[in-house]
Amino acid sequence: MRYESPTTTKEAVALLAQEKGQAYVLAGGTDLLVRLRLDTIEPDLMVDIKRIPAMTEIKKTATGFKIGAAISGATLGKNKALLKAWPGVVEATNLIGSDQVQGRCTMAGNLCNASPAADSVPAMIAAGAKAIIVGKKKRTVAVEKIIIGPGQTILEKGEMIEAISLPAAVKNSADAYLRFIPRTEMDIAVVGVAISLKLKRGVIESARVALGAVAPTPLLVKEAAKAIIGTKLDDEALDALAAACSSACNPIDDKRGTIEYRRRVAGVLAKRTAKIAYERAGGK
Amino acid sequence: MAGVHVTTTINSDPVEYVCPADESLMDVLRDRLGLMGVKEGCGTGDCGACSITLDGQLVCSCLVLGAEAEGRAITTVEGMADGQNLHPLQEQFINNAALQCGICTPGFLIAAKALLDENSDPTETEIRYALAGNLCRCTGYDKIVKAVQAAAKDLRK
Ligand SMILES: Cc1cc2nc3c(=O)[nH]c(=O)nc-3n(C[C@H](O)[C@H](O)[C@H](O)COP(=O)(O)OP(=O)(O)OC[C@H]3O[C@@H](n4cnc5c(N)ncnc54)[C@H](O)[C@@H]3O)c2cc1C
Ligand code: FES
Ligand code: FES
Repeated sequence: MRYESPTTTKEAVALLAQEKGQAYVLAGGTDLLVRLRLDTIEPDLMVDIKRIPAMTEIKKTATGFKIGAAISGATLGKNKALLKAWPGVVEATNLIGSDQVQGRCTMAGNLCNASPAADSVPAMIAAGAKAIIVGKKKRTVAVEKIIIGPGQTILEKGEMIEAISLPAAVKNSADAYLRFIPRTEMDIAVVGVAISLKLKRGVIESARVALGAVAPTPLLVKEAAKAIIGTKLDDEALDALAAACSSACNPIDDKRGTIEYRRRVAGVLAKRTAKIAYERAGGK
Repeated sequence: MAGVHVTTTINSDPVEYVCPADESLMDVLRDRLGLMGVKEGCGTGDCGACSITLDGQLVCSCLVLGAEAEGRAITTVEGMADGQNLHPLQEQFINNAALQCGICTPGFLIAAKALLDENSDPTETEIRYALAGNLCRCTGYDKIVKAVQAAAKDLRK
């Protein structure tokens, strides 16, 4: 295996494109180095992106935020502007692993690893995040379109994510993420729910609801958003939200939870998440 | 396999080594540099026994490549004491009997130091969350939490 640590995106893309064998982007390495250790991959090349300045900064732009692909969870959690604008995205990313893992793990790595249970992905989807992909040409793709199956993404050979973009915070809007795990820390989500919403005089004007760990890929559930749009999140709206989330689930049975259990928890968790987002947005 | 030549700083000393590109920093520290305070529990990021700091950031050295350390600054448990004087955390781990077999101890010390560097007066809950990435199969954690609380108090004096 070769190890390269280029200092520009252009070099990184060229290295990936030119490699004939198995080439991997190395961000935090908290998935990649586990797989290396377990011998489930045999890389010929790893391209470390942590020395590329454009990928190691969080930029506030006119249209929102641009989060470099090499930004760790720990760095993200210290960014006050981001925490204020997208608390749900930050809390979801900060749920990944221990403090040790937080020192390394990235949102882009969480996305590209494409686990159905990836914590930051539903939060990014609910927030309307986009992945800025570089390769032969640059393209910007909504996060919900990136993962196509467990461990599978739309990224082609020679392509990588340079940054994740988030829209600017709008007044009277907020997001939240909750996951359910059997332990209190260090576990894989049985269900994850992310909701972002915008209020107008206390009424939900727009919303996005995303679920994790209940299907082969994280889901954007439009019916669930419809259930709360135009309401003040009364009990009826909450019940409709829960029903929409439960019926959107297409989960697996495993030791963490049965299909029936996951469906039910998705509904319950959605209600709790919506209440947090609603309150954060200033709703009463 | 061609080796990668790395120049780095470990516990304030300049260090150079050559390692295969796919070798973990944990293996470099233990097997090439003899820093046996870096323990291997799992090799996959779950137990925290291999904890070090890299440019001041707490990480698992089993989830870092040796090649990534170029130009960075590493601290391990070997750099914690000041000559013969143990760090207050080390003193309090002894006083509180916060270890039995000791495999987990260097990792707990490094993680606890990272916590106290950021938060000089953590609550019990904050300590437990901050140390959630470190596993101990012997002590039951209670004595470790008490040792960290006692050391925090010493450090605030
Ligand atoms: C102890 C432990 C606990 C964990 N807990 C959780 C948890 O609670 N929740 C959770 O969701 N995950 C968890 N994980 C998994 C992992 O930490 C996350 O998925 C993390 O976000 C991965 O990010 P990374 O930067 O470390 O990715 P890496 O390991 O560097 O990369 C992951 C994959 O994505 C590719 N990749 C990375 N960056 C890019 C890019 N910019 N462009 C294209 N491809 C890229 C890599 O080639 C690789 O295939 C845990 C892992 C460990 C070891
Ligand atoms: S050996 Fe690194 S976390 Fe267990
Ligand atoms: S003292 Fe034995 S594992 Fe902690």
